[in-house]
Amino acid sequence: MSTDSHSAHGHEHHYAHHFRSAEHEYLTSKEGIWLFMVTEILMFGGLFVGYSIFHNIYPEMFAEGAKSLDWKMGFINTLVLIFSSLTMALGIFFLQKNQPKKAAMSLAITILCGAIFMVIKYLEYTHKFHLGLFPGRYLDVAKVGAEHANLGMYFGFYYCMTGLHGIHVLLGMCLISWCLFRTIRGDFNPNYYTAVEGVGIFWHIVDLIWIFLFPLLYLVG
Amino acid sequence: MVHSHEDSQGHHITPFVVYLKVAGALFLLTFLTVIAHHFNQQLGVLAAPVAFMIATIKAILVILWFMHLKYDSVTNRVIFGAGFFFLALLLAFSGLDIWTRVVEYSTL
Repeated sequence: MSTDSHSAHGHEHHYAHHFRSAEHEYLTSKEGIWLFMVTEILMFGGLFVGYSIFHNIYPEMFAEGAKSLDWKMGFINTLVLIFSSLTMALGIFFLQKNQPKKAAMSLAITILCGAIFMVIKYLEYTHKFHLGLFPGRYLDVAKVGAEHANLGMYFGFYYCMTGLHGIHVLLGMCLISWCLFRTIRGDFNPNYYTAVEGVGIFWHIVDLIWIFLFPLLYLVG
Repeated sequence: MVHSHEDSQGHHITPFVVYLKVAGALFLLTFLTVIAHHFNQQLGVLAAPVAFMIATIKAILVILWFMHLKYDSVTNRVIFGAGFFFLALLLAFSGLDIWTRVVEYSTL
């Protein structure tokens, strides 16, 4: 991406010299993004596998943990993220249709949705901290009045999974801001929007992971 | 369906309505997840699989249409599929390890 020569006068994209064509550059970039997505699946996958194993060993303890979460918060956040995924996809759609103004609007709304998600996450975290619901050994079972002595394990999973996800949301917001900046600058056109496509795929995987996190953490428990 | 030939100019553009339909389906399925959750007692052991099934359908919608994998190359589909394959492998072997352990108490 750093080798982009973004002097896109007209609709001509000057691809880097080691590619045969602009299309070759686009396909190569996208394949790289998909390889990166595999590492994302495997990173979160490890946490999901750990979650399912310990959930099977201590089902009642996980149920107690899930009850202490407010499913309405998770529900609102799910809707916010799905909407942001839609606006992200529309951002690319408008670039493909050569409507950069609408694309910029879509990307701006996507960033706003990410911010709303993080604010709700912040409210949830501070509420948990206030109640003394910390991960692992930092959870004082007597003080919290937990039924299960190892409730800290549930919150270990909760903070690791939602925390790692939250970092992805923040990173995604930064990347979409970069795309928004470049869209306003006029870097993109129907023949060249590789960066937005790649960032879009990343943003959708963040949504994808939340789609599984919501029922697992907030509902089933 | 696959628009990834080197020479083919112009990428597949998913129509606007399709995006709206997919998003609508995702919103509906989210509501369905919550509705199913309210029947947890009746569902019993099925509660978790039902929630997981709905999440999987949502994930497939996101992957195929939002991430454009439906119109992507076979290579990219195989790459992404490989991620889930190895995840399944990790779950299978970890599960085998945990659930085949025999608890032994020391006689010492």
